[in-house]
Amino acid sequence: MIKDIEVLEEKDTRSGFGAGLHELGKENENVVALCADLTGSLKMDAFKEDFPDRFFQVGIAEANMIGIAAGMTIGGKIPFTGTFANFSTGRVYDQIRQSVAYSGKNVKICASHAGLTLGEDGATHQILEDIGLMKMLPGMTVICPCDYNQTKAATKAIAKYDGPVYLRFGRPKVPNFTPADTEFVIGKADVIQEGTDVSIIATGHLVWKAIEAAKILLENGISADVINIHTIKPLDEEAVLRSVKKTNCVVTCEEHQRHGGLGDSVAQVLSRFYPAPQEYVAVNDTFGESGQPSELMAKYGIDTENIIEAVNTVIARK
Amino acid sequence: MANIDELKSVCSQVRRDIVRMVAGAASGHPGGSLGCVEYFVALYFDQMNHKPESFNMDGKGEDIFFLSNGHISPVWYSTLARRGYFPIAELESFRKLNSRLQGHPATKEHLEGIRMASGSLGQGLSAAIGAAITKKLNNEDSIVYCLHGDGEIQEGQIWEAAMYAGSNGIDNLIATIDYNGKQIDGSTDEVLSLGNIKSKWEAFNWKVLEMDGNDMASVLSVLSEARSLTGNGKPIMIVMKTEMGQGVDYMMGTHKWHGVAPNQEQLALALDQLDETLGDY
Repeated sequence: MIKDIEVLEEKDTRSGFGAGLHELGKENENVVALCADLTGSLKMDAFKEDFPDRFFQVGIAEANMIGIAAGMTIGGKIPFTGTFANFSTGRVYDQIRQSVAYSGKNVKICASHAGLTLGEDGATHQILEDIGLMKMLPGMTVICPCDYNQTKAATKAIAKYDGPVYLRFGRPKVPNFTPADTEFVIGKADVIQEGTDVSIIATGHLVWKAIEAAKILLENGISADVINIHTIKPLDEEAVLRSVKKTNCVVTCEEHQRHGGLGDSVAQVLSRFYPAPQEYVAVNDTFGESGQPSELMAKYGIDTENIIEAVNTVIARK
Repeated sequence: MANIDELKSVCSQVRRDIVRMVAGAASGHPGGSLGCVEYFVALYFDQMNHKPESFNMDGKGEDIFFLSNGHISPVWYSTLARRGYFPIAELESFRKLNSRLQGHPATKEHLEGIRMASGSLGQGLSAAIGAAITKKLNNEDSIVYCLHGDGEIQEGQIWEAAMYAGSNGIDNLIATIDYNGKQIDGSTDEVLSLGNIKSKWEAFNWKVLEMDGNDMASVLSVLSEARSLTGNGKPIMIVMKTEMGQGVDYMMGTHKWHGVAPNQEQLALALDQLDETLGDY
């Protein structure tokens, strides 16, 4: 049960990526890593230290990094590129589109500092459009894990999958609550709690917020089905439908624009197979700003209390 | 080395293929394609160590080629087909529905010989660098070739890649710029002057060679020299002077035929100037 979920520590998801990448370095000699002058921020130091021949510092030249990564796949390498989410997507969209996605290359685009929780650097760096950009590309898998352990597991899992992947994670320390030994299955949602009154479907940092909200809702007599969608594309449509057929309403939660994110993917499934009231907890068509992550989550309406509010609204619409 | 007359004979047929393909589709880019024929034929019929009959994506143990200025796909497709990568008859499908010969090269349709999509300019040098790095990691001594348009080097990514390869000694890479001095809107000087191309690449720590791209003897000799210079700590750039539209008189000396297809009458005029040496598709 949700009340039993234990938080042993708070850790950043980017460190989960760094740890996963380091283990991959030991396990698979075809894994190579590229970074655009953000090795420390991406937590790629351990890989760089232990596998210097397979680590490529490309400088502040993200377009070239994506192109080199695409070329490196020819001959069997599995390149992991690392930079901030903004520079991993918007800045290099055409390179990803042509040289990676359209060319069907086995590149893993690993993106840190996604969303508002990058904090003080402000809106230039706080990309909130990346999930939409990436999920629109044919053949692209889009993954947004919820905590350190899951990010580590996802990093290792995508090396075994042959095809382009966008892996999104973040900067702040957040509760690390998924068990360390859980297998990461691409495209399979995690049901965190079974419930009957409302489905709360969340991704990334919002999964913990959804758990917090569900605990409070339970105290108020509302039973929430809580689902962690770590793979936004391909979406686990079966899990979404199974849940909403039980609860008949849904709140989607993400650190992303309302347009083009997880919420829209869920809405598309529901509109086709099981129309039901839906509320979005997401950034509503605006840029972020400088501030502390917690302040920004509150100001832009993607905090625990916003989920509770959305649940009350959506239940009233049933 | 292959017989130079035989290579010239292949060139004539490739030129016929190019104008017939572009006219057949009523679209495409004949100008740059015609200008680069000697380069392609020299590479695929003489210089490259490759396996046309058993193409595989990884190309391990083979020299591999990337076309960065994907719009000159007709010359590449014709050369690949004539060299045995795929059936010559397939050239007829160029730019048509359900074809593997897309307007710009693509991998999705699994056309033998193509390892990377191109068309949006400026991306091929990075890909070639990546493939060259992988060859080094795999302890191969094969060479990676790539071709670029001169207008294409106005793209910023080219200079990101130039800086990387020069700084990191990617010395199993032979890049070439098709220096015909023309792009869609006019001469490169009018659109955005390229300045002194040779010194620019030298300043980025590349070894730079120059060649007359429409003289088969010069192409063979410079490509051989380039090959002999690999493994010396520097990437190699060949500045290849060509004439856009080479071989078809009314297409030469102008940028007008960069991306315009000849009509049937113009096609007949072009074919009159190009010997059918290997049999039309």
